[in-house]
Amino acid sequence: MNLWLIPILPLLGFLANGLFGRRIPKALINTFAVGSVALSFAWVVKTLLGLSPIETKYIEHYFTWIQSGMLNIGVDFAVDRLTAIMLMVVTGVGTLIHIYAVGYMDHEGGYYRFFAYLNLFMFFMLVLVLAQNYLLLFVGWEGVGLCSYLLIGFYFTEQYATTAGNKAFIVNRIGDFGFSLAVYLIVRQFGTLDFSKVFDAAKGMPAEASVGVLTTITLLLLVGATGKSAQIPLYVWLPDAMAGPTPVSALIHAATMVTAGVYMIARSATLFLKAPITMDTVAVIGLATAFFAATIGMTQMDIKKVYAYSTVSQLGYMFLGVGVGAFSAGIFHLMTHAFFKGLLFLGAGAVIHGLHGEQDMRQMGGLFKHMRITAITLFCASLAISGFPFTSGFFSKDAILVAAYERAPWMYWVGVLTAGMTAFYVFRAWFMTFLGDYRGHGHPHESPLVMTGPLMILAVLSIFGGFIDVPHILEPMFAERAESQGLAWLSAGVGILGILLAILFYVVKRGWADSFTKAIGGLYTLVYNKYFVDEVYDAAVVEPLIEGSRTVLWRGFDAGLIDGTVNGVGRRSRGIGAILRLLQSGNIRSYAGWVVLGSIVLLIAIGFAGGLR
Amino acid sequence: MQNAVPLSWYLILSAILFALGVAGFIFRRNIITVFMSIELMLNAVNLSFLTFSYQFKQVDGHIYSFFVMVVAAAEAAVGLAIILTVFKNRATLMIDEVSSMKY
Repeated sequence: MNLWLIPILPLLGFLANGLFGRRIPKALINTFAVGSVALSFAWVVKTLLGLSPIETKYIEHYFTWIQSGMLNIGVDFAVDRLTAIMLMVVTGVGTLIHIYAVGYMDHEGGYYRFFAYLNLFMFFMLVLVLAQNYLLLFVGWEGVGLCSYLLIGFYFTEQYATTAGNKAFIVNRIGDFGFSLAVYLIVRQFGTLDFSKVFDAAKGMPAEASVGVLTTITLLLLVGATGKSAQIPLYVWLPDAMAGPTPVSALIHAATMVTAGVYMIARSATLFLKAPITMDTVAVIGLATAFFAATIGMTQMDIKKVYAYSTVSQLGYMFLGVGVGAFSAGIFHLMTHAFFKGLLFLGAGAVIHGLHGEQDMRQMGGLFKHMRITAITLFCASLAISGFPFTSGFFSKDAILVAAYERAPWMYWVGVLTAGMTAFYVFRAWFMTFLGDYRGHGHPHESPLVMTGPLMILAVLSIFGGFIDVPHILEPMFAERAESQGLAWLSAGVGILGILLAILFYVVKRGWADSFTKAIGGLYTLVYNKYFVDEVYDAAVVEPLIEGSRTVLWRGFDAGLIDGTVNGVGRRSRGIGAILRLLQSGNIRSYAGWVVLGSIVLLIAIGFAGGLR
Repeated sequence: MQNAVPLSWYLILSAILFALGVAGFIFRRNIITVFMSIELMLNAVNLSFLTFSYQFKQVDGHIYSFFVMVVAAAEAAVGLAIILTVFKNRATLMIDEVSSMKY
């Protein structure tokens, strides 16, 4: 089926734009960038139609990459139902966002560079999704991290953008360190990295023998996932990553890359299911992240920051889902989240674009009459993320929460509370942006069709995407499935309550929000400043690290020991040379005298040593 | 072998010649004389080679002395050329005045 075409097409787009983008006209850049991804999408559709129904895994082996002793790692791509969903989401949403970016980036410098990076990202993301072993997955994993770094720092003349890029990259290094340790452990334990072989071997292991090593492996994998998918404690990079252009936030930091951790856990479900401690850890981390990110989201004033914390929070939901064993529900939410969060970011981008770069919601308001399509599509996305009945978010969030209820009821209640907060902050953002009076200074305008088109498609998907029954599709892979209508209506009800509260605070009684924040004072300051987590990390990790590097590593080790040794050797040599050069008098007879003296000394020495024999 | 000149005489002669060569090398200041002193030392060594060769009835010493002669001839050719050049450039043959090659 030539699966290799799927990632190679964006790579070709990257090469074309990256190498020649400076010299070719914009229309050609657009053709390469959008065309390659669209072709890739078309090939995915063709492949999946050809393979459907995918009852067993379809694997293509290309060549052996590493052959070392017993370890044999091939470049293999594979498609099963999980991969199929990921492929559709990545290439489908990716194509829409590429089209949108054509309009959004129209006036920006470095146009070709942007699309080259974006295509490179698509390549790595597709490698990640298609990979049939952990090492190839790791290649994609690192590659998307690189592209994320490049695109966050896209406006590289701005200090905040480069800092945010560095932060994302370094924080991800911590996670990837855990991931690579996990990969080593898998090699040590199973002698292979191929998914099928590893999972078969893990299935065959007796429970008491496997639980220790599998818990270690999965916990290390989880460290990698928390880094890539922005979970506590490594979530801090994602809100800062909003320094990149908005299509990047939509594609990489909402729809695809940040969900790689969820995908990886679902992919490794066999291992995780045999490590109950890890599963609980995943669920608790997910829940805590969902809750705390939602509280922060309620207080932010930057529209992209609101959606960024919302992303962190929704990723927490996905972790909760996979953590309680509802892998299909987690992937379901991954897909619907790609629709509505991609749309939220693209809509936010349209607003920012229409306001010439303004991101502060205090400078917005009353935009409904200026940009109707954006407003209506964003409203659809907000409904979906709030879990309004029969929108896509309703189904997927419900599936997760029901599974959480079966695992532990308190998880369900925290999840429901978070759902209420989610509804509150997205509608707060919507009301502050589109209703009331315009508080800014520029002249807002609606975006061109190339931007609003993808918005409308995604709006339709956000509303009706829930009818794609992902848990049913994934049933052959992940057997468990919970059904419960009553709980679903309860969480939807709490979501609607959140919307009503937002209406009350931001439409009906505008003053209440301010007086309320004053009333809770200190707590608000704490949440508004994101619990001072960045400051704590700075004080606890970053500063000691910089200070330690400066005093010990730089001044002590590098300048002191290494430079000292090298310079010391040089100085000694010069000192000895200064003495020895006095022998070099230029007077031949003195040389001869030394020779004679030397011979005599030698003879005496030989004499003392008892002759030559 | 009876009534022949004893071995030690040859060696003593060789040692005397060598010592003369060393003394000439160190104490004379004319380059040509210094050069001749070197030749003297080489030939003193040749003499002891031949002595031992004769004594032990082995041909090695002869071979070595031929080597030394070849070296001496080559040295004479190169050395005299150097001396000529030095004299042309400096108009002197005094060895102490040719001492610019130092630190």
